[in-house]
Amino acid sequence: MDLISGEKLENLTSMEKIRLILDKVKTGRIVVLESGLTPAEEVRLIEMTMTEIRVDEFSGIEIESYPSKKEGSFFDKLLGRGIKGRMTVIGPANQLRTIEKDQFQISTKVSVGD
Amino acid sequence: MGFIDSLKISFEVWISRIFKKKRAKIGIYGPPNAGKTTLANRIVKDWTGVASFGTVSPVPHETRRAMRNEGVQIKANGSSIELDIVDTPGMATKIDFKEFMAFGMNEVEAKKRAKEATEGVIEAIKWLDDLDGVLLVMDSTEDPYTQVNVTVIGNMEARRLPLLIVANKMDLPEASPGRIKAAFPQHALVSVSALEGSNIDELYKAIATHFG
Repeated sequence: MDLISGEKLENLTSMEKIRLILDKVKTGRIVVLESGLTPAEEVRLIEMTMTEIRVDEFSGIEIESYPSKKEGSFFDKLLGRGIKGRMTVIGPANQLRTIEKDQFQISTKVSVGD
Repeated sequence: MGFIDSLKISFEVWISRIFKKKRAKIGIYGPPNAGKTTLANRIVKDWTGVASFGTVSPVPHETRRAMRNEGVQIKANGSSIELDIVDTPGMATKIDFKEFMAFGMNEVEAKKRAKEATEGVIEAIKWLDDLDGVLLVMDSTEDPYTQVNVTVIGNMEARRLPLLIVANKMDLPEASPGRIKAAFPQHALVSVSALEGSNIDELYKAIATHFG
């Protein structure tokens, strides 16, 4: 399992973040992002995942983050920057299972040696 | 999203609010088997008389290509709005052909469906860039905290575009729209049964209010 700091993520472009996540997940690693992804990055991650699905090799990802939380100043909202990424867990679909999730907690089960 | 993109989106939102549109392109989104196509069929039938928009099935990912029906005029609340309705393929983060085999498909059919389903998800995502609003269909009998729901809502909030949650399958005894409302309290929600048509007039009023 890799826990990636918000500081590291801040220094990566969206594409670099997505590539980093997918490369790790495709080798069976679970990735926890301290500061998560933006909604736009989440949707691009799903899109990239779809292009990389291969029969008997990679069936996709399990990704869980909390519902978005509006934050920021008036100017952030004015510029559409009021939504920040929140802690996110991502893993191979055949190894990571979400058991329960609500606004404040994500419970997952990780299978090893699938 | 960069500074210029954010500024552009905010500007577009302001303009659209000032000059309220009477025609809007609305995408119907949601996870597989939430009842998106059943709802699209219901809306199109109610307002155009066309019997069917797309086929429905208990097998996930029945809709694997986005389908658009243009110029659906909805009248409610004393106003009228013309919608271009886009029924999108179910969004998912994983697609395993073995799931389809559990529904009786042979391996070749299941693999073909899985491949088409991945393309469908990509198509649904691409459509997000070209819409004025979204009807997010959720199955009221299921846990609402799916990542598809979270991601679609997050994207609409980031784009500052209108979103209306449709809590579907109210005809089922285990339906719990309250759970959806509690999960996403900041968004308007209408409970319906797209299959039976119950409470559908409330949905049309909400569409006129939100997208008109």
